[in-house]
Amino acid sequence: MSFSKFSKFIFNRNVQGTFYQAITLILVILAIFYIVQNTAENMVARGLASGFHFLGVESQFDIGMTLIDYSPTSSYFDAFIVGLLNTLLVAGIGIFFATIIGFTVGIMRLSSNWLIAKIAEAYIEIIRNIPLLLQIFFWYFAVLRALPKPKESLEFMDSVFLNNRGLFIPDPIFNEGSTIIFYLFWLTIAISIFIFIWAKRRQNRTGLTFPAFYVSAAIIIGVFIAALTATGFPISFEIPELKGFNYRGGMKLIPELVALTFALSMYTASFIAEVVRAGILAVSKGQTEAARSVGLKEGLVLRLIIIPQALRVIVPPLTNQFLNLTKNSSLAAAIAYPDLVLVFAGTALMQTGQAIEIIGMVMGVYLFLSLFTSVLMNLFNRMMKVGER
Amino acid sequence: MSDVSKKIEPPVIEIGILGWIRKNLFSTWYNTVLSLLGLYFLYIIIPPLLSWIFFDATFSGSTREDCTSSGACWVFIKQNMKLIIYGLYPSDELWRINIAYFLLTVSIIYLLIPNLKYKGGVGIFLLVIFPIICVFLFSGGLGLENVETRLWGGLFLTLVIAGVGIVLSLPIGILLALGRRSKLPVVSLLSTIFIEIWRGVPLITVLFMASNMFPLFMPEGVNFDKLIRALIGVMFFSAAYLAEVVRGGLQAMPKGQYEASQAAGLTYWRMMALVILPQSLKMVIPAIIGSFIAVFKDTTLVLIIGLFDFLGIIQFVGTNPDWLGFSHEGYVFAAAIFWVFCFGMSRYSQRLEKKLDTGQ
Amino acid sequence: MNNIRISILAVICSVFMVPAAYAGTLDTVKSQGFFNCGVSQGVPGFSNPDESGNWSGIDVDVCRAVSAAVFGNPDNVKYVPLTAKERFTALQSGEIDVLSRNTTWTLSRDAQIGLEFAGVNFYDGQGFMVRKDSGITSAMELDGASVCTNLGTTTELNMADFFRANSMAYEPVVFEKADEVVNAYDEGRCDTYTTDKSGLAAQRTKLADPDAHVVLPETISKEPLGPVVREGDGDWADVVRWSLNAMIEAEEFGLTQSNAQTTCAMTSNPVVARLCGKEGGTGAGLNLGDSWSYDIVTMVGNYGDVYEKHVGENTPVGLARAGSPNASYKNGGVLYAPPAR
Repeated sequence: MSFSKFSKFIFNRNVQGTFYQAITLILVILAIFYIVQNTAENMVARGLASGFHFLGVESQFDIGMTLIDYSPTSSYFDAFIVGLLNTLLVAGIGIFFATIIGFTVGIMRLSSNWLIAKIAEAYIEIIRNIPLLLQIFFWYFAVLRALPKPKESLEFMDSVFLNNRGLFIPDPIFNEGSTIIFYLFWLTIAISIFIFIWAKRRQNRTGLTFPAFYVSAAIIIGVFIAALTATGFPISFEIPELKGFNYRGGMKLIPELVALTFALSMYTASFIAEVVRAGILAVSKGQTEAARSVGLKEGLVLRLIIIPQALRVIVPPLTNQFLNLTKNSSLAAAIAYPDLVLVFAGTALMQTGQAIEIIGMVMGVYLFLSLFTSVLMNLFNRMMKVGER
Repeated sequence: MSDVSKKIEPPVIEIGILGWIRKNLFSTWYNTVLSLLGLYFLYIIIPPLLSWIFFDATFSGSTREDCTSSGACWVFIKQNMKLIIYGLYPSDELWRINIAYFLLTVSIIYLLIPNLKYKGGVGIFLLVIFPIICVFLFSGGLGLENVETRLWGGLFLTLVIAGVGIVLSLPIGILLALGRRSKLPVVSLLSTIFIEIWRGVPLITVLFMASNMFPLFMPEGVNFDKLIRALIGVMFFSAAYLAEVVRGGLQAMPKGQYEASQAAGLTYWRMMALVILPQSLKMVIPAIIGSFIAVFKDTTLVLIIGLFDFLGIIQFVGTNPDWLGFSHEGYVFAAAIFWVFCFGMSRYSQRLEKKLDTGQ
Repeated sequence: MNNIRISILAVICSVFMVPAAYAGTLDTVKSQGFFNCGVSQGVPGFSNPDESGNWSGIDVDVCRAVSAAVFGNPDNVKYVPLTAKERFTALQSGEIDVLSRNTTWTLSRDAQIGLEFAGVNFYDGQGFMVRKDSGITSAMELDGASVCTNLGTTTELNMADFFRANSMAYEPVVFEKADEVVNAYDEGRCDTYTTDKSGLAAQRTKLADPDAHVVLPETISKEPLGPVVREGDGDWADVVRWSLNAMIEAEEFGLTQSNAQTTCAMTSNPVVARLCGKEGGTGAGLNLGDSWSYDIVTMVGNYGDVYEKHVGENTPVGLARAGSPNASYKNGGVLYAPPAR
């Protein structure tokens, strides 16, 4: 090979590209290999166990709040599930309230009423510029301080109790014969979905509207009540009772959950409000004016013209906020809410010492959630594009 | 002109304060209701808050016995100020931190004053030279006594973590963004994986990894101290977020810019450094600052792995038996300081945004 | 250009790198002039920093004793506050040389995870603290209680075992850090707070009204706490072990911090003379100077001095020593040092 040929080969863009890539790849592989090698050596040297056998072992510890049956004789895998469900629970409730507060504040921010708009702005600017962890601590201890001791609980109708150990509500117990009500309930839900689809099609075809919402609500509630009466009320309630230290029986919402939900939804809402505001402002004014000029009522303008268009802008950053909220729920560790991080990357990690497996699993869960959401987001975006024509 | 169109004054009801109030607060019946509700809400919240913070609060004194009023006990903050600001940093060496605080404040004020020359130079000083000065100032070397990082704490530590997170994550973030947009499939894939992994997990698990797993990754005997491990975690975490911000800027660049610079014969790195990055970074400055604010707030998480940052040290002094029961003062004070920093940054970014807008 | 870059990098790295720990910890420690001691993040009486960052407590004094023995100066120690989670990793990776942080000696830790326990400096057991006005006098009355605690290696297991064994219900409220537990318990989130009894006594000082709380008599576990070193480094383990033993033996023979100087000058008891470094050449076997044990007693104190100074009845922690396992074997306790000869 002559020199000029060689230099041509060297300076060829593709060759260079391949060369750089090969180097990068080799470096990355070497780095990973180096870390794995060190880790393996260290683990042998320190006598650390490895592998996932521990998941089947009896955990021997208790968890304060569990959505599935769990006891110290359950396995570490059960503890993982308990933590995961608790994380999803607080994320779910948090997302629900954050959306409501966020939309409310976002719309308030655009209100023509100066005072309301300023209150909303102050809320946004204050809440989102203070670290979430601080807010969680603040609300937790504020909640604890504000609530009475169990013996001085606040009562509602002798069946709902609120004290610094949590909120106690009657737990429905499904006696014999209640299964049929369940089936009927789901059946009516299916029927109402069908009604909605039918009404939409009919409207597209003929332009006639049908009060699908009221009709299906009537069907669901009516059938439910009829079934209850027919079967002679097979559902009873277990009412919490003050026994010894605290109320027993019934369902319990622990104050950690309340404080965490509160802090998470308030904090995330301040970001959602900005997202909503930007979304609404992104809908051009002409749209509103045009809608008004065809004679649509104010509510309908919002529902049929502005919101559908704003949603297209709002939804992607909104899901981002939902993801942030879910990830932020990991701060539960600071206030004893038994979420995935506290139960699994906390207690279980301390018991087994298997940091790599456990932190890996926890990170995997969050990673899965965010990748799963971004896949959904891409689908949503594609659907929206098609709708644009 | 004056004789032709004699000014007709608008009715009193539509001008002045009254008019304004009528127009903005009581234009319709539901606006009136809303305004009244809002006023009532403010009435419930503001007066008790103000009296707790100011009117009923205790400012002077030196022990908890001086706090007899029903308001906040700011003596608690005042007496522990040194700890809160400097952590456990040796008293004789505090001047080193003070120099840094001074340089930082002066440069920031310089940047804030409009229409001064050499702002770019000050910015580069702040982002490049100042951090290097700080490394020596804070930890020692060059004749200065070595100060262990475990003595670092308080607001000082928070600023260090945020500063490192901000200064180092920017170049890494830019590289990652370029990597993700690269035409080389391997580079792009690796950058994407890296970014998505860091963005997909909560910072607290990253910090757990830094404090519990990182030592396992290093060969026997090699060891970074805990702060460094946490800093590495924070740095990569915020770099991944910045990478996405920068990528947004790169994507928004018109294709013509790339083509023109290629036509001018610029190599890839020259094209990026001279044409593309300066323009696209300018576009996303507000988003970058938003990212910085997030890093700044996230630094509080290091208290969970046992570093005494600003919030951590406030909790720590709150458990001192001499000062029990003032946790609310501590939290409110911390909230106020964080708020001032974050709000300041966000206002600055808004101003910059407006300024850059008119520039185009 | 490149040189400058590399040297800046090297400087930055060297500033932050903690000196590596190699096989002979004792030699490394001697040559660098200090060692790193892992402590808690603040447990009054055991290891607690004051406002200027000076650490004190009986766990801290173990490290001070080692420093006195090695350097003839109790303050050549750097203290590294550690969370419970990271303490063993820190020891194994060489970030610290001695771990003196309320660590329970158990078989699995000793045998499986590459740790070596150098002795016991506090015999402890898990207990419960309740509010006095709750009227509870026994842990058996805790059925249905909310129990606050923090992440601990054995705490949660002991608690679960205890309630299960006595078929009682309870609600665990587990925090990441001890400070939050204290706050939450103080705010009334829990009926009882459980951890090692020494920890309860220490944390009680952080409660708004310490006298309104009482530690219940039951002890539900055995928790011998002691300093830990890396396995496979016999010389260093010996130094730590015998520094602790010297403190205990000095007390057994009445050698205290205040009387050491005079007693040593006129003693005729060969055991005391050995502790004073006047006879026997005990230092040679440990690769230390002969005055090592004398330095410990004069600079740090004997076990009794240290105990009374940090956790004794006249301190806020207020743990009575008489009648507890931490009394010397001569007074019916289990504290007993092998002879330093």
